[in-house]
Amino acid sequence: MASFIYDFSLLTKPIHEALYHWLPPVWALIAEMTLIGLIFLLFYAVVGLFLVYAERKVCAFMQNRVGPNRVGPYGIFQTIADFIKLLMKELIMIKNSDKLLFNIAPFIVIIASFMAIAAIPFAKGLHAIDFDIGILYVIAVSSLGVVGVLLAGWSSNNKYSLIGAMRSGAQIVSYELSVGLSLITIVILAGTMQFSAIVEGQANGWFIFKGHIPAFIAFVLFLISSTAETNRGPFDLAEAESELTAGYHTEYSGIKFAFFFLAEYMNMFIVASIAATVFLGGWMPFHVSSWTGFNNIMDYIPPFVWYFGKTAFVIFLMMWFKWTFPRLRIDQLLTLEWKYLLPINLVNILVMAFIVLMGWHF
Amino acid sequence: MKEVIHTPVKALEEEEYHINMGPQHPSTHGVLRLVVSLQGEIVKSLKPHCGYIHRGIEKMCEKDTYPQIIHLTDRMDYLSAHINNHGVCLLVEDALQIEVPERVKYIRTIIDELTRIQSHQLWWACFGMDLGGLTCFFYGLRDREKILDIFEESCGSRLLHSYYTPGGLMWDIHPNFQKSVKDFIKYFRKKIKDYDRLLSGNIIFMERTKNVGHLSKEDAISYGITGPSGRASGFSCDIRKHHPYGVYDKADFREILFTEGDTYHRYIARMDEMHESMKIIEQLIDNIPAGDFSAKMKAVIKLPAGEYYQRVETARGEMGIYCISDGNKTPYRIKFRSPNFSNLGVLDHLSRGFKIADLVAIGASLDFVIPDIDR
Repeated sequence: MASFIYDFSLLTKPIHEALYHWLPPVWALIAEMTLIGLIFLLFYAVVGLFLVYAERKVCAFMQNRVGPNRVGPYGIFQTIADFIKLLMKELIMIKNSDKLLFNIAPFIVIIASFMAIAAIPFAKGLHAIDFDIGILYVIAVSSLGVVGVLLAGWSSNNKYSLIGAMRSGAQIVSYELSVGLSLITIVILAGTMQFSAIVEGQANGWFIFKGHIPAFIAFVLFLISSTAETNRGPFDLAEAESELTAGYHTEYSGIKFAFFFLAEYMNMFIVASIAATVFLGGWMPFHVSSWTGFNNIMDYIPPFVWYFGKTAFVIFLMMWFKWTFPRLRIDQLLTLEWKYLLPINLVNILVMAFIVLMGWHF
Repeated sequence: MKEVIHTPVKALEEEEYHINMGPQHPSTHGVLRLVVSLQGEIVKSLKPHCGYIHRGIEKMCEKDTYPQIIHLTDRMDYLSAHINNHGVCLLVEDALQIEVPERVKYIRTIIDELTRIQSHQLWWACFGMDLGGLTCFFYGLRDREKILDIFEESCGSRLLHSYYTPGGLMWDIHPNFQKSVKDFIKYFRKKIKDYDRLLSGNIIFMERTKNVGHLSKEDAISYGITGPSGRASGFSCDIRKHHPYGVYDKADFREILFTEGDTYHRYIARMDEMHESMKIIEQLIDNIPAGDFSAKMKAVIKLPAGEYYQRVETARGEMGIYCISDGNKTPYRIKFRSPNFSNLGVLDHLSRGFKIADLVAIGASLDFVIPDIDR
């Protein structure tokens, strides 16, 4: 009965067929899109709330505190209470701000992260769209968010916001390269850009193990540059609170601020998902070749547990960075990318290509 | 009528703009306003505007008796409250030529050094926070609590103690004092290693602070930069060494001197000072002599007419008290030379040509307490 937790297409296929059976194709497509949109909206809210809670707890334990513990058991409803508060807050309009850009900026940020989530395979068969250029799509879409950040900083009519936005622009344009190149390293190994094929390719060993040292280097590079791309510490220069008060979202209040806040956590979730999918095997269980018994036990754990477990691990790593390291300076940030990460990445790609050509990978 | 002097307003250069850091800004640690003129992210010049927390303490002192003045000095540099109190007490005692009991000198010295440690702990916490490492803030405050507990035990108060009185102490130390101080030293020797592991050895931290905000020895002397900030530039200015008060002459400690004078060495100077302070306390804590906790004082203290000057080494530098007495129970005029005011003056000189993020780091390394600037 519960076999669909191992293969979600058993659940989604009958729904798909039934819709196309009852409705004309256009309406069936619209119904499917609406359904998926609603599910993602719900998923988005739940993951956002959970991540905010998780970050507060993780950072609290790293700082000798207990974190939220008043609202509900262990404070699990704290974030819900916070979001209700944010919803009820006044939306302050700034005098002499560019009203149109000021209002659409948070939506651009949140739509960009919403689009990226569509391409991620959560479990076997649990996949909104399986592009054959999935990685390219995700890279393209996830860098759209910076447009919203730039608009927010520009339209706020606040110099702190503007500085934050300009920093963010320089940062994301630079680190986008490293993110792309480190993913391309794995694309060379996998031979495909399709997420489902990448995951299938890791059935007998995750790419981080299969690709020798270059894959590991690519993983580390991806982790660093994707942390920078999501504007999180130690790369949170765009909102450096000790320098720029709150950076690009200084002037936002209420639900618009909540959008920026939520988008930050969702972007973290998305890059962690990509790291988990591309390097750590996505929803593939951990297999050791020729250990049949061990592999069977691993297969009993449902794919989505594997997927969320790996994503949570990467997210924890990113939180660990944030609450340990001090912040970089803008010129050091760019130096790190252009003088260190990018050359390492380029050499790494060559090494990986060589290994693949010689057939030295597992 | 007095003529109003108009200073010509300098036109901004191309692509130059002003931002107001403060009076409400997270990294100014209080109500300090810095008008920063920027070109992109680079600081062209900087103008501190102080006075947002000016309370007229010097004027109030003219209406207060000497024991009352002690309570006002608490509220200047609240992180060096004990040391400020010590300054006033020494001024009165020297003027009246009162010999305070040895026990009082020992206790005052130990408590002064504890004050220095807790002040540096808070500075370390804020330094980490200003550089973006929020975890430092909680580590620093966690350990500072231990010292505040010791203060609460003996002085009855945690921040504004007013524990010293002219001639001695308000009351004797708590019987537990020696034990809790020794426990704290043991505890903090372990914890200060965490400080080094978390921040001092971090590559990002070193990149952020090394060769940033260089202050030469000549500049340190001409700007009057005292305390750890001056000593990091090689300016030997430790009042505890050069004009010992309390029982500093009986303790063996090192004056921390560096020649580099950048933000990193201002940081290291303070870290090393914490070690030195612990060394001083360890030497003194077991040797507190028995005796009275206060010398016999008259009910009304009147200083003979004349001018008096007393200086002490607070956690931020040299704090001087200049007092003119006309023989009454209140001073005719009192002037405080607060270390933070002089240290603030060098901020413009240090931060020119650096980035706005460096300005925050330099400001944090000078360790401002805003109420001490404005008084």
